[in-house]
Amino acid sequence: MAGLLAPLRTPRGLIVALILLVFAVLPLLTQAFDQRYLLSIGTRIVIWSIAAISLNMILGYGGLVSFGHAVFFGIGGYAVGILAANGLQSGWLQWPVAIAASVLWAALVGALSLRTRGVYFIMITLAFAQLVYYVSAGLEAYGADDGLNISRSRFDGLIDLRDKASFYWLCFVLLLGTLWFCGRFANSRFGFVLRGAKSNDQRMMALGFPVFRYRLAAFTLSGAFGGLAGILLANEGAYVSPAMMSWVKSGDLIVIVVLGGMGTLFGPLYGTIAFFVLEESLKPLLDLVHKGWGEYWQIVFGPMLVLIALYARGGIDSLLGRRHG
Amino acid sequence: MDYLLIQMLNGVQLGLLMFLLAAGLTLTFGIMDLVNLAHGSLYMMGAYLAWTLIGVTDSFFLGALLALPATFLLGVAVEAVVMRRLYARDHLDQVLATFGLILFFNELVRAVWGPAGKSIAVPAFLAHTVEILPGVLYPAYRFAIIVVGALVALLLAWLVARTRLGMLIRAGASNRRMIAALGVNIELLFSLVFGLGAVFAGLAGLMAAPISSVKIGMGDDILILAFVIIVIGGIGSIKGAFVAAMVVGQIDIVGRAFLPDFLKTFMSSAAASSAAPAISQVLVYVLMAGVLVWRPTGLFGQRN
Amino acid sequence: MKTKLFGPTTIAALATLGLGSLPAMAQSPIKIGFVSTFSGPQAAIGEDMRRSVELAKEHLGSKMGGKPFEIIYEDDTFKPDVGKARSEKLVLQDKVDFIGGYIWSNVLLASLKTVTDEGNTILVSANAGPSQIAGELCNKNFFSTSWQNDQTPMAMGEYLNTKGVKSLYLVGPNYAAGKDMLAGVKRTYKGTIVNEDFTKWPDQIDFSAELAKIAAAKPDGIFIFYPGAHGVQFVKQWAQAGLNKTVPLYQVFSIDAITLPQQGDLALGTLGAQEWVNDLPNEQNKRYVADFKKKHNVYPSYYGAQSYDAIMLMASAADALKGDLSDKNKVRAELKKANFKSLRGDFKYNTNQFPIQNFYIQEAVKDAGGMMTVKTIATAVKDAKDPYYEKCPMK
Repeated sequence: MAGLLAPLRTPRGLIVALILLVFAVLPLLTQAFDQRYLLSIGTRIVIWSIAAISLNMILGYGGLVSFGHAVFFGIGGYAVGILAANGLQSGWLQWPVAIAASVLWAALVGALSLRTRGVYFIMITLAFAQLVYYVSAGLEAYGADDGLNISRSRFDGLIDLRDKASFYWLCFVLLLGTLWFCGRFANSRFGFVLRGAKSNDQRMMALGFPVFRYRLAAFTLSGAFGGLAGILLANEGAYVSPAMMSWVKSGDLIVIVVLGGMGTLFGPLYGTIAFFVLEESLKPLLDLVHKGWGEYWQIVFGPMLVLIALYARGGIDSLLGRRHG
Repeated sequence: MDYLLIQMLNGVQLGLLMFLLAAGLTLTFGIMDLVNLAHGSLYMMGAYLAWTLIGVTDSFFLGALLALPATFLLGVAVEAVVMRRLYARDHLDQVLATFGLILFFNELVRAVWGPAGKSIAVPAFLAHTVEILPGVLYPAYRFAIIVVGALVALLLAWLVARTRLGMLIRAGASNRRMIAALGVNIELLFSLVFGLGAVFAGLAGLMAAPISSVKIGMGDDILILAFVIIVIGGIGSIKGAFVAAMVVGQIDIVGRAFLPDFLKTFMSSAAASSAAPAISQVLVYVLMAGVLVWRPTGLFGQRN
Repeated sequence: MKTKLFGPTTIAALATLGLGSLPAMAQSPIKIGFVSTFSGPQAAIGEDMRRSVELAKEHLGSKMGGKPFEIIYEDDTFKPDVGKARSEKLVLQDKVDFIGGYIWSNVLLASLKTVTDEGNTILVSANAGPSQIAGELCNKNFFSTSWQNDQTPMAMGEYLNTKGVKSLYLVGPNYAAGKDMLAGVKRTYKGTIVNEDFTKWPDQIDFSAELAKIAAAKPDGIFIFYPGAHGVQFVKQWAQAGLNKTVPLYQVFSIDAITLPQQGDLALGTLGAQEWVNDLPNEQNKRYVADFKKKHNVYPSYYGAQSYDAIMLMASAADALKGDLSDKNKVRAELKKANFKSLRGDFKYNTNQFPIQNFYIQEAVKDAGGMMTVKTIATAVKDAKDPYYEKCPMK
């Protein structure tokens, strides 16, 4: 117990604890203050955080800039959607199938694209994502690009996902699990090799580490968690469509990870919160300044991204002071 | 036979248009090692500037001619304000910053020119069809695109192979540090190259305008295709961009013109007409993935 | 832990999350949410809709059912998930009485359940009409002031039969609505379909390959569906290839008040089908078109007319109930009467709450001032019902 409370003594630890605490009781708060829309935003933040953490595993720790990570939203989502459309509503079936599909696709794409470097890697991950995008847009039996309305996965007797608070708490628990896993992952020998290869892969290879296999394993793991986020996103909207995995969504995920702080455990969480708060508040804020300006919020948001890229290298995480331990 | 010829011309014309867009991209990429997602925005700005200038001068020719230096200046300004700070950064920062520029330019255009699209008419002297073979008609304007595209390709080939600027470009693409060591004014060179890339993008935009439409985000749709082309060709290689653009142009046309009929020889008509566009849509991506698996730095890229 | 739930830290956290203000208790005006695309490449359509909504508000004197009303516009940015989130905000946070708008089928489908089921709020679609919502997904809280996707091309098919067009070449984009439209014309057209081509969407800007195929096939006519900028591109390239002299173009949703300024003379003489045309001879339409033109110097499009109708439909229910919209059953019953002066003329609602209405054939012409527009030349079908209403469980 004492060990668990130790991080609370630093400001950084206190902030994390506070955020997680607010998230843990969010449904109670939104109910108490009758702000149900905030619960919806909260749910989306939690789900996107899981996706961002999964991207951070390869982008932040591994330095592998995947420009097609939103494809796992799509694969996880469509696995649930296609099974649901065929009358298979059980989450016990849907979820493992969706994760397996994501893992398989990640392994295949990783095996082919990790041979390339730099921009070539960016482009080949984008190409594979576009491939899945267009295939899903051609699935006429499943609504093609109109998408597919589904009912939420069923875990009979255990939890009713149609209840927004229950669904939220499930997402939150999964987020905690993902954070826990990522923390373990980052500090394991595996994580060290990956980080070592990020700064100098020649040296790691010379030291006898099979860098390619480590990277492939990381890419596949990242795909599994990305697929999990896809499952949750499909359930949240009760709807899947190719737009879930458009390249702009992959861009958003990169923005979130960089905004929060690459290669840090809680960075993706900060990044997601900041991204959603900006998205929800920039428009009304600009409208306050001058009625009608809100619609042009991207004129402000665009240069903000430029400034973040130029001057906020460490992301939000670095604003919280030096890291302990 | 006539039909085949026309479809081939269509492929060449499309390929040349794509080459114009890809040339600027591969130049900036090869020399400055800069991933510029906002290249499509320069394509769009070229078209919008041309629309305004054509309106002011009341002449397609004059307006288009003035739009080129205008996009050059815009390119130089963008380089000075943003890009210059990004050269030393990794690709991730560049992707992020130029992604931000796309959003900015799209909304800027909407604020300045309004949400409705604009139209540039084909100049009167090209607004007819020509008979390339007896009974075979081809739009004169598309011919003009082929001619201009081919001229630019030749000009670039000459520029890269025969001039001092070209020598520096070639040297820069293979070894950036070396040209700095040779005492070349790097800042000026980079400004110039970026401006040149902007001109090519603007030229592609304004030449595409009469057959398409001048609209917000017009560059985003085909930017990814341009990236695919330079990646297939090998980053930094003008020759690679040209070859890849021509191949992609022909593949695109084959996918649209011949694939449906080919599929109909062994599947139902309905299945063929729905499978064909899906296949032709992913064909270039499959090609790119294939090329990269085979040669991880593209067809003509530098190998380390 | 439990005792701390509403302690000072949580309150502070709440304040930072912007939870501070409670809704004002004053007698509230009627609130209407309007979801459309106001940014990006398709913003021109959203702008046309907003202008029409504002004109409807002006014509109503900013009151319905004796109460003032306000309209909250939300931008779906052409993305289904954003549209859904914005709709959810309108329902849960703004607590609107009605939601209108929706250009795109996928945005509407993504938002439908959130609005109609979870939010129990009435949704009036001012454009999108996917077959699912006309059929098995039909909903007591969903009303349309537009059409079901198949209807407009079906009307065109009927007209081509009476005109004696013997063979037709179909071209459309390879996405769901494109396939619906081409399937729609095939439902009614009795001549020969020479071929059908689906083109890449949305990144195809060149149609030379398809036009060369059409020139080689020599059909009696081309049928296209290309909304927005793609319509501009197709019409331009069709004319540039010289096909405007040999193969007539028949279209749905590809030549309208938004695209005509760009298509210009090249579109002259082309025929299209629509449920509303700006010269329909009823008083409310004359007033709407004249006032719109006076304000904005352009013609309104069907997107605008349908949005105007959506507001007028809401107003008819509010007026009948004297501003008391608390009983949703009563509101739905009033809406179902379609008791308002629609710009297309009176219509009745079918069991699935889509209009039973006429469709007209319109020709692209120049008006007296030299501005491109469309005028009615024939009535294609009368009192048409969509082909899916029997699948709808509502009776």
